[in-house]
Amino acid sequence: MEIKREDILHLADLSEFALDEKETESLGGDLQEIIGYISQLDELDTSDIQPTYQVFEMENIWRDDEILPQDATREQLLALTKNEKDNQIKVPKVL
Amino acid sequence: MKIADKSTSAEKLVRDALEKAKKYAEYNIFTFLNEEGALKKAREIDARIKKGEKVGKLAGVPYALKDNFLSPEGETTASAHILEGFVSPITATAVAKLEAEGAIMIGRTNLDAFAHGSSTENSYFGPTLNSRDKKRVAGGSSGGSAVAVALDIVEFATGTDTGGSIRQPASFNGVYGLKPTYGCISRYGVVAMASSTDCIGFFTKTPDDMDLLMSIASGQDPKDMTTLPDYYNTDADTELSDLRPSWATGADRAPEPRNDGREGACRGSLNSSVRIGIIKDFDNESVDSDIREALKKKVELLKSKGHEIVELEMPALKYGLAAYYIIVPAEVASNLSRYDGVRYGFRSEKSDDLDALYYNTRFEGFMPENKRRIMIGNFVLSSGFYDAYFLKAAKARTMIINEYEKAFSECDFILTPVSPNPAFKLGEKVNDPVAMYLEDVMSVSLNLAGVPGLTIPAGETKDGLAVGLQLVGPRRSDKALIEFSKELA
Repeated sequence: MEIKREDILHLADLSEFALDEKETESLGGDLQEIIGYISQLDELDTSDIQPTYQVFEMENIWRDDEILPQDATREQLLALTKNEKDNQIKVPKVL
Repeated sequence: MKIADKSTSAEKLVRDALEKAKKYAEYNIFTFLNEEGALKKAREIDARIKKGEKVGKLAGVPYALKDNFLSPEGETTASAHILEGFVSPITATAVAKLEAEGAIMIGRTNLDAFAHGSSTENSYFGPTLNSRDKKRVAGGSSGGSAVAVALDIVEFATGTDTGGSIRQPASFNGVYGLKPTYGCISRYGVVAMASSTDCIGFFTKTPDDMDLLMSIASGQDPKDMTTLPDYYNTDADTELSDLRPSWATGADRAPEPRNDGREGACRGSLNSSVRIGIIKDFDNESVDSDIREALKKKVELLKSKGHEIVELEMPALKYGLAAYYIIVPAEVASNLSRYDGVRYGFRSEKSDDLDALYYNTRFEGFMPENKRRIMIGNFVLSSGFYDAYFLKAAKARTMIINEYEKAFSECDFILTPVSPNPAFKLGEKVNDPVAMYLEDVMSVSLNLAGVPGLTIPAGETKDGLAVGLQLVGPRRSDKALIEFSKELA
């Protein structure tokens, strides 16, 4: 399938990043090639095959429903941002 | 491994390692050198030894930490701009276990940003150079760790392997590199790439060192619900042959009956015959002739030791790479959605509103390869494409798993190349993403199936480049794999 410029912009939007003109162009070419490569799965007959999403051999790992001490405190986590005020993280306007 | 005791000191071991790290600065191995922290810990260990106190199994052993393991020593950046300035308040379980035994981290090593790559050229800090030829790539993504061990700066280094990121750089630099069974070592505190294939492992100079590290690092962790109960140490006395077929020996499954008439055929010791599978399709023109030669030599060696060689046909492996580059980007797109510039790391300050903050931070903070993978992931998960790509790949994954199960009913281990070629030249593939992905063609299927693989050094090419081969075993056969690799030395 052909990847058009609007497809690249749509994917960048889904991916929540901006792109400049140069990258829109170069990523467009790259994605076209990559999608061309992965499309070879078309030729594989997968009828009657169940999908596998994970290879961990066990299921339903339970733990007791109790609050455990956390590895990091609220203060330590807040200290990771340079934009803290009154125990909250400052961001630009939302609306 | 050189352990601190009365004949040497932890401080001397650490000083030597730091000195070597500086001597090899041009290789761009480290993103952070832990001079102060490492020397302080070394002196503490020396003081304890002097007082006659008990010290750990890795007392004073200097090691290098791939920069996607969280710990409060130095910034954890995953070699990505977007994590710049991030000093973790928490410590990865694997790091905590190593340090509890006295290992001392002397530096954090370079990788392809977020472990996306096969050459370490996608790092925000520039490429790491190959230990044998400075004009060539280190391999990746754990390139810094592989070179740190190959140049003998440290005794061992940590790595992560999502599709070959330990095995391929180990092969490019002539050291041992293990990707364990999925779920063997806790992933808690390691920067997530693709959660269904990510594995923690090590680079070492000997199989015995690998065994020691595995015995320390493996086991169930309440902080990672996908860790298996410790089979590595509880099966400590298990002989090679007892591990066949190992997916049927899990505590939660009854062993399957065996009808092949070989019951107990190689119980006892490693001297008894082991069946080694060679994949027919992997020994063809697309593989470098020096690597094919190395494989032939090892096959002859195994035959001379009385082991049996079995030819395997595994046609579904041909589709492993395509399935991998659908499934992994899908998981990458999800795992990397958390980097938004708000709570930690780099934040783009140019933004007028919150949406622009996200968009600009991610635009400036990710490397091109990160963006490719996130976009491919969102593409294959999009409505309209999900069935044709993601679901199809998940079914291909089942076929690959079935193929390994069948292969391990015919043999005990598989011996294959790690990659189709030895270390390539810097810049050769960096602008051609599909050519770079093809580097992983022989390594990714193990991750899709969750089986372990160990890179063993296997000589060198005519030009003096390192050649490695990969020994693959059924799930939970890690210990046997390490033990058997001694037969190939």
